[in-house]
Amino acid sequence: MNAPKFKASTYKSDIEPVWCPGCGDFHVLLSITKALAELGRPPEDIAVVSGIGCSSRIPAYTNCYGFHGVHGRSLALSAGLKVARPDLTVMVMSGDGDGFSIGGNHFLHACRRNVDMTYVVMDNRVYGMTKGQPSPTTESDWDSALSPGGTGLRAFHPLVIALASGANFVAREFSGNIKATTRTLVEAVNHPGFSFVEILSPCVTFRPDEKEWKNTVHKAQVEETDDPARAARRIMTDDGMNTGILYRGRRPPYKAKVSDEIGDIAPLEAAFEV
Amino acid sequence: MTVMKPLLENVSFAIVGSGGAGAITAGAILLEAAGKAGWYGVLVRSVGPQIRGGESASLVRLSTGPAENMTKDFDVLVAIDWKNSDRFIGDMPVTNSGLVVSDPKNGAVPAAITEAGTDVADCPLNAMAKDIPGGRENMIAAGIVAQLIGLPIDALMQVVETKLARKGEAAILSSRACIEAGMAQASTYSQSYPLKPVNPPTNKRWLATGNEMVGLGALRGGVRFAAAYPITPATEVLEYLAPSLASIGGALVQAEDELSSINMIIGASYGGRPSITATSGPGLALMMESLGLAAAAEVPIVVVDVMRCGPSTGIATKSEQSDLNIAIYGFHGDAPHVVVAPNSVGDCLFTTQWAVHMAETLQAPVIVLSDQSLGQALVLMNRPADVAFMAKRKVYEPVEGQDYQRYAMTADCISPMAIPGQTGGQYTADGLTHTVRGTPSSKRSDQKEQMDKRAAKIEQFDFGQHWGHVEGTGDTVILTWGSLTGPAREAIGELTAQGDDVRLISLRQISPFPVQALQQALTGAARILVLEQTHSGQFYRHIRSYIDLPGEVRQFNREGPYLIGPDEIATQIRDWKTA
Repeated sequence: MNAPKFKASTYKSDIEPVWCPGCGDFHVLLSITKALAELGRPPEDIAVVSGIGCSSRIPAYTNCYGFHGVHGRSLALSAGLKVARPDLTVMVMSGDGDGFSIGGNHFLHACRRNVDMTYVVMDNRVYGMTKGQPSPTTESDWDSALSPGGTGLRAFHPLVIALASGANFVAREFSGNIKATTRTLVEAVNHPGFSFVEILSPCVTFRPDEKEWKNTVHKAQVEETDDPARAARRIMTDDGMNTGILYRGRRPPYKAKVSDEIGDIAPLEAAFEV
Repeated sequence: MTVMKPLLENVSFAIVGSGGAGAITAGAILLEAAGKAGWYGVLVRSVGPQIRGGESASLVRLSTGPAENMTKDFDVLVAIDWKNSDRFIGDMPVTNSGLVVSDPKNGAVPAAITEAGTDVADCPLNAMAKDIPGGRENMIAAGIVAQLIGLPIDALMQVVETKLARKGEAAILSSRACIEAGMAQASTYSQSYPLKPVNPPTNKRWLATGNEMVGLGALRGGVRFAAAYPITPATEVLEYLAPSLASIGGALVQAEDELSSINMIIGASYGGRPSITATSGPGLALMMESLGLAAAAEVPIVVVDVMRCGPSTGIATKSEQSDLNIAIYGFHGDAPHVVVAPNSVGDCLFTTQWAVHMAETLQAPVIVLSDQSLGQALVLMNRPADVAFMAKRKVYEPVEGQDYQRYAMTADCISPMAIPGQTGGQYTADGLTHTVRGTPSSKRSDQKEQMDKRAAKIEQFDFGQHWGHVEGTGDTVILTWGSLTGPAREAIGELTAQGDDVRLISLRQISPFPVQALQQALTGAARILVLEQTHSGQFYRHIRSYIDLPGEVRQFNREGPYLIGPDEIATQIRDWKTA
């Protein structure tokens, strides 16, 4: 086997992250750079796109092309980029607020559209950048200044939604498990179509209880499947802490793409002649 | 005995019928045939909310010279039926000397029409269509109009044969029989409205809507990607672009909403492809946050707003110019960008092509303000001129031993933009305030430097002679923009014929405001009529925020849906001068 062309550090920029010490997102950044090294494409052929929030700061911390856009719209921006530039590897980075609340509609349609890209959501079940408000994945009784006593709302189930909406690859990992996360990210990028990876990534500042996650996550006891019905049954009954690849589908990716060749517009003009 | 009728320079007719009756088709065939005969003209549809069964009418004006706006009233109205006609009949008066053709089987001619004393000709359209195998009332109506205005059947059949080629010989023969029956019927009427014949055109006329011309202008400018969310009255821009882009190796993606479509084009443009979307007011409102992102991250994009009556859902199918304020001032923060507006259907092509060129050159969002009356009017016109404006982005070129700075300060304040795939050009585009490298920053020096740079690149841009359009030298000025340019020009034509000299100034460059160019164009003005289709006078207030208008100033502004017409404009000027 040839020695790898690139190291994880090739993909890391010199910009200091804004994250709190102990934030799970440090580990996610490490897993992403390791996965990119393993994939072996040069950093200039990779685009890392995000929205707003702690996790969405990631693009500038990589040495790839990056886009840190507005809150909740990273999937739309990436879809345009990937259709326009099918030669690029497109990675989309989000959090539970950015991805499932303000960006919830785009999540459904990105799964449906099945453009070939990888969507990583760092789920810490809280809005961290705005200092601790409940997100769609927060437990209904979690107390906060904005929603005293809890929201009383049922938590959103990202994997179920992804599966139901047509995502072609569905997985969950824990940020602290760097080896497993790296492997799953490599598989996700390599799989054609829209790949969704939820990474449980603790917020040690506003959710210190999540420090326990390292003890409660566990590898799923079942193998991945290409049968959405089986995947749905498994995911509906899991405890939310199962990790690994759940589903790898066979839907062909979105077809439209922009080519480098520019066709002749003379026939289009002739069509207006009387 | 044949009475020689005076030949007309203009003729207007309407064909009405419930949705699905083919009133629009008949009007479109007549318009295209008129183009083959060398005339100019325009077709405006009045279509109800239901695809079939709603009200529907094609209103057509034909002319011996270029004409893009409807006349106030009609010479001929043919009713295939009168279903739901009460919803629009008040908007299409027939002249006193005009003629209404109606099938008695469909009931009485609405009182609103007969009250004016207009002649009515009974015509058994329904029975005539039944007598012809495969016969259609709308084609009989087309024959009636052709006879009354003197449109040769050969021109009409040329169009019919092309349109029905796929349906086969029988359909063509049946249409010919209908047209001939209609012509025979109309030849028995004492009325006729013959349009003056013109020499066959040396160059073929173009038949297109403003929405199609926006699409073609985008393609001529080099657009390769579009994102689309359907909205009346902009959808046809997107429906034109979908197959057209595919045919030249580009792509259109249908988005889930306008929040998505605006971000898709930002993504595609970041990837190096000139990109566009089209929407109307409600969609533009949803796009505002991300338009600000394009301004901050310096991503070239073009957004076409085909304006309709607002606020909120308003009247989706009718025109207004009331998105001027949101287009200029809707961004949060200080977000320099460009707003331009086409002044005719043909100019939709030029202005959109120019917009693509400016967006790409300036690496900034450009908003094109078209409107429903330009977008959906089908016009027979001269082929729009070829212009050289093309997308040409200042792209990063690696320099040995030098780190790339995406937002570097340069003389023209436009920084070379790296395109993903370029080695050494990696940067993160960001809506956060950033350094020259693109690194997020909250320093006041970075905020000032980048704000200054983004403002200056647009302030320093040379918009050249395209800022606006000036005709005439009179000391009375009509100052307007967009779709009211045509009616203003026609009003001035009328006034000129009566010996008045009135100057027309129409702004294409809305923002940044062309202060010096307009001031110069206004030299010697004694009376200025500021003309716009808004309730609050948005255009007037915009002008006044930059310059003092010389002489006496009046506003003539009104909300939609009733378009300000040439006759009203001429009356304003006439009354003012005689006051």
